Amino acid sequence: MAKELLKGNIAIAEAAVRAGLQAYFGYPITPQTELLEYLSKRMPELGRTFVQAESELGAINMVYGAACTGVRVMSSSSSPGISLMMEGLSYIAGTELPVVLIDVMRGGPGLGNIAPSQQDYNQIVHGGGHGDYYPIVLAPANIQEAIDLTVLAFDLAEKYRSIVIVLLDGSLGQMMEPAELPPMQPLRTEYPDWATRGAVGRERRIHTSIYLNPAEQEKTNLRILQRWQEVKKNEVRHKAYFLEDAEYVVIGFGTAGRVALSAVRAARAEGIKVGLLRPVTLAPFPVQPIEALAGSSKGVLVVEMNSGQMLDDVLACAKGRTPVHFYGRPGGIIPLPDEILAEIHRMIAEPIRLNGHPRDQWLERMVQHT
Amino acid sequence: MVMDTETTVYHRPASLTDLGTHYCPGCTHGVAHRLVAEVIDEMGLRETTIGVASVGCSVFAYNYFDFDFVQAPHGRAPAMATGIKRVLPDRIVFTYQGDGDLASIGMGEIVAAAGRGENITVIFINNANYGMTGGQMAPTTLPGMKTTSSPNGRDVESQGYPIRTAELLATQEGAGYIVRRSLHDPKNIRLAKKAIRLAFETQVRGLGFSLVELLSSCPTNWGMDPVDALKWIEQNMIPYFPINDCKVHPVIASLRI
Repeated sequence: MAKELLKGNIAIAEAAVRAGLQAYFGYPITPQTELLEYLSKRMPELGRTFVQAESELGAINMVYGAACTGVRVMSSSSSPGISLMMEGLSYIAGTELPVVLIDVMRGGPGLGNIAPSQQDYNQIVHGGGHGDYYPIVLAPANIQEAIDLTVLAFDLAEKYRSIVIVLLDGSLGQMMEPAELPPMQPLRTEYPDWATRGAVGRERRIHTSIYLNPAEQEKTNLRILQRWQEVKKNEVRHKAYFLEDAEYVVIGFGTAGRVALSAVRAARAEGIKVGLLRPVTLAPFPVQPIEALAGSSKGVLVVEMNSGQMLDDVLACAKGRTPVHFYGRPGGIIPLPDEILAEIHRMIAEPIRLNGHPRDQWLERMVQHT
Repeated sequence: MVMDTETTVYHRPASLTDLGTHYCPGCTHGVAHRLVAEVIDEMGLRETTIGVASVGCSVFAYNYFDFDFVQAPHGRAPAMATGIKRVLPDRIVFTYQGDGDLASIGMGEIVAAAGRGENITVIFINNANYGMTGGQMAPTTLPGMKTTSSPNGRDVESQGYPIRTAELLATQEGAGYIVRRSLHDPKNIRLAKKAIRLAFETQVRGLGFSLVELLSSCPTNWGMDPVDALKWIEQNMIPYFPINDCKVHPVIASLRI
């Protein structure tokens, strides 16, 4: 296949179609609406299921129902809509069903705005719905990666009977880039032995997330956690740039990581030995590579388009062995490479501070500047 | 006279599992379950039906029906049923929901499903209170009726009026069959069974959304014995929730079962 100029939301939609998507249920919300619009035409022309639901509550529960039948199913939304889906996601996790969800993040909290943001990190990576569960979270930084990770999302969802969320910001949903779509996969014709598709000539099957006996619920919780251990063992993915000889490390995901790469290149041009680690899986988090870098580097700078959400996960990996700095732009603002370059300079020039939280120090600087 | 042969004239439907239910003595959930199971048996749909349980006393309905079943979040059963029906249009999909589930937290999902003409069937149990949580006021609680959250009786000035769900949903163009029946005596139980049959016939024929509202008793939370509870349905619920053919598709109206 040749490269085409593709808009992020459309590219994800078509990638899902080619990955064998059989049913899509969604609700309009900026900045992901083109995904729904595209599939409203594309799915029916292929004889596949498309429903514009009455709400995100409706959409995620339609996804839940379809997932019970073992089909490849997906929804997409943006931050406020994702909040509405949290109930359904918790049920889907409790029922241990494969589902793919796309979150094209916008500024928040509340109605916020429609500008690009990474402010759903905590909600998506660390839960949001009730109970103990562990979705797989994939974070693309360009359109090609968004395509590839969407295809991967379906395979991982089925391999682990898990929710897989592709987490990207509004700029990736809206921008156009040359990218290559995957070949069209045939739709599945055989279904897993748990699918509720009618008990034709077999024992009935049940999908539920209720375990009134706490001992049974605990058993389920431990089974879900054990499965998560497998995910952590097998599925950690990250991208490394200029890390071989790096004395300083920048860590950022998605668009923040991509902009940070420009800053790292500029710093390298100045002779600064700095590299970039960009987590591709936010869950499972690349703990080991970050732990290793924390042990060998003079400083780590975390860059995010929020107020320091992944920062806490990096701090947990660093375990105080290296100074951790933070630079964030919440509210729907994409940092410029020059801003991040200035932060790299600061990290190197500043005396090491042993006390205080990097978020607090960042906030102090932000307030001074505004 | 000594009979030398015995013939079974009444048996457990194949669509019901051989399991005692968790429902309170005198509750009409058991009757409603049996009617649904009999209809599914008679129509030969056991292997092709997928049920959707809701949240409330009937959350464990899937234990009692012997076919594929899923269990929905509170109020979301019509959305879940939509997801199943759209990917398996040749299957029979029904939800089994109480009044708190359907007419309160799930009002959005049920109206949208009826509006879309979603080709599913809904068995709607109206017992005028939230049973599972211990008898709180529901959207169907009658004016003046005492519950654990309307201890002085439902005051319509501050707590509003009961919602007539069947009539409300019958305004939807996508609805093919919407009726209300009652489970308070044998005659009405027979009429209820026929309505359930016609609701499933509506789905089999692809005639749109179908719903049977069943006036049901809740002796435990109403603080009555089972017989008084059935009388209470007749004397108090039916005047507000009339037994009614709210909407019947002409094809179904002409059907002779």
